[in-house]
Amino acid sequence: MSRHTLSVLVEDKPGVLTRVASLFARRAFNINSLAVGPTEVPGMSRMTVVVDADGDLIEQVTKQLNKLVNVIKIVELTSESSVQRDHILVKVRADAATRLQVTQAADLFRASVVDVSTDSVVIEATGHPEKLTALLSVLEPFGIREIVQSGTLAVGRGSRSMSDRALRSA
Amino acid sequence: MSKGSPISPSLMATKSAGAPKAPERADRTAETAVGADTAATASPVLGPNNVVPPTVMTGSEAIVRSLEELGVDDIFGLPGGAILPTYDPLMASKMNHVLVRHEQGAGHAAQGYAMVTGRVGVCIATSGPGATNLVTAIMDAHMDSVPLVAITGQVSSGVIGTDAFQEADIVGITMPITKHSFLVTDPNDIPHVMAEAFHLASTGRPGPVLVDVAKDAQQGQMTFSWPPKIDLPGYRPVVRGHNKQVREAAKLIAAASKPVLYVGGGVVKAHAAAELRELAELTGAPVVTTLMARGVFPDSHPQHVGMPGMHGTVSAVTALQQSDLLITLGARFDDRVTGVLKTFAPNAKVIHADIDPAEISKNRTADVPIVGSVKEIIPELTEAVRTQFGTSGTPDLASWWAFLNNLKETYPLGWTEPEDGLSAPQRVIERIGALTGPEGIYVAGVGQHQMWAAQFIKYERPHAWLNSGGAGTMGYAVPAAMGAKVGEPDRVVWAIDGDGCFQMTNQELATCAINKIPIKVAVINNSSLGMVRQWQTLFYEGRYSNTDLNTGHETIRIPDFVKLGEAYGCASFRCDRDEDIDATIQKALEINDRPVVIDFVVSPDSMVWPMVPAGVSNDQIQVARNMTPEWEEED
Repeated sequence: MSRHTLSVLVEDKPGVLTRVASLFARRAFNINSLAVGPTEVPGMSRMTVVVDADGDLIEQVTKQLNKLVNVIKIVELTSESSVQRDHILVKVRADAATRLQVTQAADLFRASVVDVSTDSVVIEATGHPEKLTALLSVLEPFGIREIVQSGTLAVGRGSRSMSDRALRSA
Repeated sequence: MSKGSPISPSLMATKSAGAPKAPERADRTAETAVGADTAATASPVLGPNNVVPPTVMTGSEAIVRSLEELGVDDIFGLPGGAILPTYDPLMASKMNHVLVRHEQGAGHAAQGYAMVTGRVGVCIATSGPGATNLVTAIMDAHMDSVPLVAITGQVSSGVIGTDAFQEADIVGITMPITKHSFLVTDPNDIPHVMAEAFHLASTGRPGPVLVDVAKDAQQGQMTFSWPPKIDLPGYRPVVRGHNKQVREAAKLIAAASKPVLYVGGGVVKAHAAAELRELAELTGAPVVTTLMARGVFPDSHPQHVGMPGMHGTVSAVTALQQSDLLITLGARFDDRVTGVLKTFAPNAKVIHADIDPAEISKNRTADVPIVGSVKEIIPELTEAVRTQFGTSGTPDLASWWAFLNNLKETYPLGWTEPEDGLSAPQRVIERIGALTGPEGIYVAGVGQHQMWAAQFIKYERPHAWLNSGGAGTMGYAVPAAMGAKVGEPDRVVWAIDGDGCFQMTNQELATCAINKIPIKVAVINNSSLGMVRQWQTLFYEGRYSNTDLNTGHETIRIPDFVKLGEAYGCASFRCDRDEDIDATIQKALEINDRPVVIDFVVSPDSMVWPMVPAGVSNDQIQVARNMTPEWEEED
């Protein structure tokens, strides 16, 4: 199984997230992560869907997604041709004795401390999923209380815009 | 109000003598025919595109007016609280509304109507249980790509999500089984949503579209104008095949020594029977027509080698298995055709033409994929093949045909006479087809009788054979036949039903009798859930768990189908002897003022053959129990 990152431009209509999610469920495709939000074009949203699938299956995923009427365009983004980032908030045990070690670890990953209490800190980090995994393994010994993670966001490198081209062809 | 070619039953040919006529499709106006994308390029809005200046009306009036402007003539439905506002202006409309007895019947009727006319079928139901009763029909239409628009009432937008009386999230429920769906809460959206629904249902790969309209959107004021603007930026079906791919396909056809045209229901939907015939006759290749495609290529044509699949003919199944090139047109490599996929047609290259790109290489990888309408692709392919044959010569298929013709002669379809002295169901069905002729319309339920109707009725034209193929919906026949008869009132319409199926939807006989929709129902009564029973005979050591229905010979006969038919105002007969079969069918053919129900009492022991048991290769086809064809002769 290989990992594929799909950027899916959709109409911002009620139920569109359900349509995409239920399509994956009923066709037995595995979603690794999904992130959705508005774009620079009013009425249009963009989803980043990370899928674990083999070569033939990813083609079928794309074709089935394309059949959804609210889906305007799908582009597969490779790691070389795109910037891919996850966002994480992690609450770590940290008292007076360990706080400095925890914040130093965060510094090493260019993560920032966004909340401090007597016995914990909340660290915010952005990066490629592998970097975040590394951060978590460094924080693990201190005691991780909570993790909240976004789906992967991805955008193609260079000046071209996915929504620009989609609108012209529509 | 004839929507088809006016053919009176008395003028219908009995059995085809000589060459069948080319299917006539010229009577369909281009803008109403599904797949007529040439018209769609002029305007995506169906119907005559009359200009209606802005007019203030209610949402419910807008629904009715939109349907009228879209060219709808007939609607099947049943009112209830949340759709009541729409039923009021519907009463004043010139459209014909057929009041069904159960919403599932409305759905199947709309399917039957769509299948014979090529137009969008329309059904209406109220919210909650009314809408959920449509679900089976919507699923059926989704599996068989039937253009259908289902309109449902929804509770008022203010109470959506509160578990209000008769509230159901029908958009959510039907999401996996519709091509698309809409929830309308603003009456101003009605005209464009209706136009979009009809456009989606009828173009590309046809399918069901649900329009759920909140009650307050029906009651609210809006400004109606026509034609509306269709705004579907994500919907751009490809119609024209890629030239290069078509030329590649032609090269493969010219190089093949064992080609087969594997023809599916898409060719029926695209109204491409004439185009198919030209391609078939140019290539000289054998043609198999799937369960969904029966009739699109005439059974009487010498190149037709039968229906493939689990209950296909030996010649059709073997043609596919031994082929070196499958020319796949509007078919989808369904598991009932392929058997165990990895053993299916192991030596064949695959050309796959389909309007739905997701079907291509879904089950079987295509060597030459062609996305587009077969209506456009087939003539282009014919031209390309003609050019290719001009340069590389016409392939010699003589030994391929010698092999296949030998199979056709050695293993023709047939049946063994039951040992219990009761009639063979196959004979009843064969006689119905023979006495009614190829101009009739035959609608089957699901099970043994469906397979026999696919095997023993001779189909010579498309749109003459309707059944629930992908979904396998028991109960399809009676309501779908009703819809077919409304769509083609001048044709004889037979529902070939089983005693199990018939008990699921026979309430629509009331609709047929009251609305003067004189369908003919042949209940092939073997007193059991026959196909399940057959599997129990073959695979469960004859342990007949819950398959005896007690409707047949020497049983308590509950219900008595003759009395039941009479109670519904139908002419009703029982036929339990071979010598009465023809006379009973003739009597039914002479009655045209009311529906006819015939209880054909047949043997419960008859089985559908040939059969490829589930889970094995098509090479294991059995022509009768534990009898496989002799393959030694093949080389």
